[in-house]
Amino acid sequence: MTLSRRELLQIAAATAAILPNGWTRVLAQQRLTQAELLAFEPLGNVTLLHVADMHGQLMPVHFREPSSNLGVGEARGLPPHITGKDFLTRFGIPEKSAAAYALTSEDFAALAQSYGRIGGLDRLATAVKAARAQRGEEKVLFLDGGDTWQGSLAANRTRGQDMVDCFKLLKPDAMTGHWEFTYGAERVKELADSLGFPFLALNIRDTEWQEPVFPAYKMFEKGGVSIAVLGQAFPYTPVANPRWMIPTWSFGIREEDVRGTVETARREGAQLVVLLSHNGFDVDRKLASRVAGIDVILTSHTHDALPEVVRVGKTLLVASGSHGKFVSRLDLDVQDGAVKDFRYRLIPLFADVIAPDPEMAAAIARARAPFVAELAREVGRTASLLYRRGNFAGTFDDLICRAIAEERDAEIALSPGFRWGTSVLPGSAITIEDIHNATAITYPQVYRQTMTGARLKEVLEDVADNLFNPDPYYQQGGDMVRCGGLGYTIDVGKSMGSRISGLTHLKSGRPLEAAREYSVAGWASVNEGTEGPPVWELVQKYVARNKTVKVEANTSVKVIGA
Amino acid sequence: MTVRLTRRNALEASVGALAMAAFGAISPVRAAYDSADLIRKFTGGKAPTEGKVKLDLPEIAENGNTVPMTVAVESPMSEQSYVTEVLVVGDGNPNGGMATFHFTPLSGAAEANTRIRLAATQNITAIAKMNDGSFYTASKQVKVTIGGCGG
Repeated sequence: MTLSRRELLQIAAATAAILPNGWTRVLAQQRLTQAELLAFEPLGNVTLLHVADMHGQLMPVHFREPSSNLGVGEARGLPPHITGKDFLTRFGIPEKSAAAYALTSEDFAALAQSYGRIGGLDRLATAVKAARAQRGEEKVLFLDGGDTWQGSLAANRTRGQDMVDCFKLLKPDAMTGHWEFTYGAERVKELADSLGFPFLALNIRDTEWQEPVFPAYKMFEKGGVSIAVLGQAFPYTPVANPRWMIPTWSFGIREEDVRGTVETARREGAQLVVLLSHNGFDVDRKLASRVAGIDVILTSHTHDALPEVVRVGKTLLVASGSHGKFVSRLDLDVQDGAVKDFRYRLIPLFADVIAPDPEMAAAIARARAPFVAELAREVGRTASLLYRRGNFAGTFDDLICRAIAEERDAEIALSPGFRWGTSVLPGSAITIEDIHNATAITYPQVYRQTMTGARLKEVLEDVADNLFNPDPYYQQGGDMVRCGGLGYTIDVGKSMGSRISGLTHLKSGRPLEAAREYSVAGWASVNEGTEGPPVWELVQKYVARNKTVKVEANTSVKVIGA
Repeated sequence: MTVRLTRRNALEASVGALAMAAFGAISPVRAAYDSADLIRKFTGGKAPTEGKVKLDLPEIAENGNTVPMTVAVESPMSEQSYVTEVLVVGDGNPNGGMATFHFTPLSGAAEANTRIRLAATQNITAIAKMNDGSFYTASKQVKVTIGGCGG
């Protein structure tokens, strides 16, 4: 008989001293209980529950938050652009605490041993049911910010079906999207029509007639309050992801349309206006400062997890993290069409503390059944922590870069700065599931081509401006493109075209030559007809051949002007 | 760069733009001036006032080859007070000017809707000339990116 961590916890008091390996975990977790994690003194007449950026994760995960998340312009140094110890200080979180583990990258690998995995849709179901039971369903709105259907092997193989099937059981009231669109227009429509709740997107119009593709908003009646929920899909989907997959849909921030929809909803009697947004935090912060009448913005896309609400004028901004680690609960007291008071809590779903909901656990097991043997297969091991989050590099990306450069015999590797993908602890197996959690997209081909040094600089400058343009409306979210075999210095405070310097071909140690052609391997090209093997296949080959990988922190990008 | 008024553009446009299509004309500007010179020439050296002009363009182009643009000018469009012309220029356009829209009080509304082609990131400026000889303006930067790394 093996004891789960949860069971260990429950019997901790009696047996802790005699469990040689359980001690640290028990000591760390002994103050955590489900009742306390979910405790919430109700306030007012409406409760909003929000999740976002689940990225295909039905099961609890290890997910290390970013070590670097720079803000520029007016957002410089403001939440969510604080990390590590600064984050802990800003929010008064003790070092090595459960919250420190959930919210920062500090001591991540060590604390993961103590606190275990976080998330899982079955734990989320428990939390959602508890809130609905406490408040009464007639007061609760549960909203999904999108990036739900993509990010795992099973989600990719079923083209989102596994996530849709499981999510339906949670009975969300509405969702919006981003990576959902990478299954193609037809599939998104098909799944959206099957949800039983609306897929909202006020900023998607067909390119032919500029007609809305999805409903812009929906009115709800909760706690005696008329609530308008407006959906805003990721504005730059056709730029950041393949446009050819959604050729007749046009996106954009469409600030005028947001304003117009808010006004329409108010005219129809909305006493509370909620924007369910996939803009990204800084875009929403700017939007809140320019569009009047939005009470709450449920932010997403940039994967920020903030333990407090950020206020911009009268608008409350909520950031609920990613990968199913958290659910946000925002209680509101709405009187005479205005928010009089609120209470907020970002609830971390510690998987060993919160009991899985049996109905959802069964649904997850059913969804994973066709893939479970394959998912669990050990490909190799890692001696170091594999993670993705950071503005310029992550060890999992470095592993991918090494793999595709070697397998495609290229001097330089480029890997997109995605913010999704789970972490693998040092000393663990790297499974098929781990590899797909970092690579599962519908355009996975690894291309090989030559690029001049000048072109490489152009690419880096372009991506850097998408990330560090001081005007948030010109930012696309994500992180800097990851480079294998290439070092550089970046001055994030400079303008487009002058941020990148000191480009170095790492193997020779020589400066990159503007006119020379370099062989480059990369994946996730947005161009139609890109040819090459899928990225997961190359990572798998590389890991299998090396048996145990070790990836040290990347030191080839120097950051100045931050 | 040229401006095409397609059937679709005309159909989807407002009543005002339909009127514009019927009574006005679009003429691509072909002059070897830079955009600042073009604006000076258009205004006779007067500095246009910020405001009244609404220039609806995406912040980042989804497809630089066909960027939807709507320009609308606040005006009663009466015999006493109306917009006569709107000049649109791009500072990255080798020819500077992109389009001139002509209006009369019969246009009903000073609004036009078309597609422009942008090879690179640039500032687009619209300048409206009123019948009283005053000028109003609005600008917006449109980024044209390589794309592909958000997420």
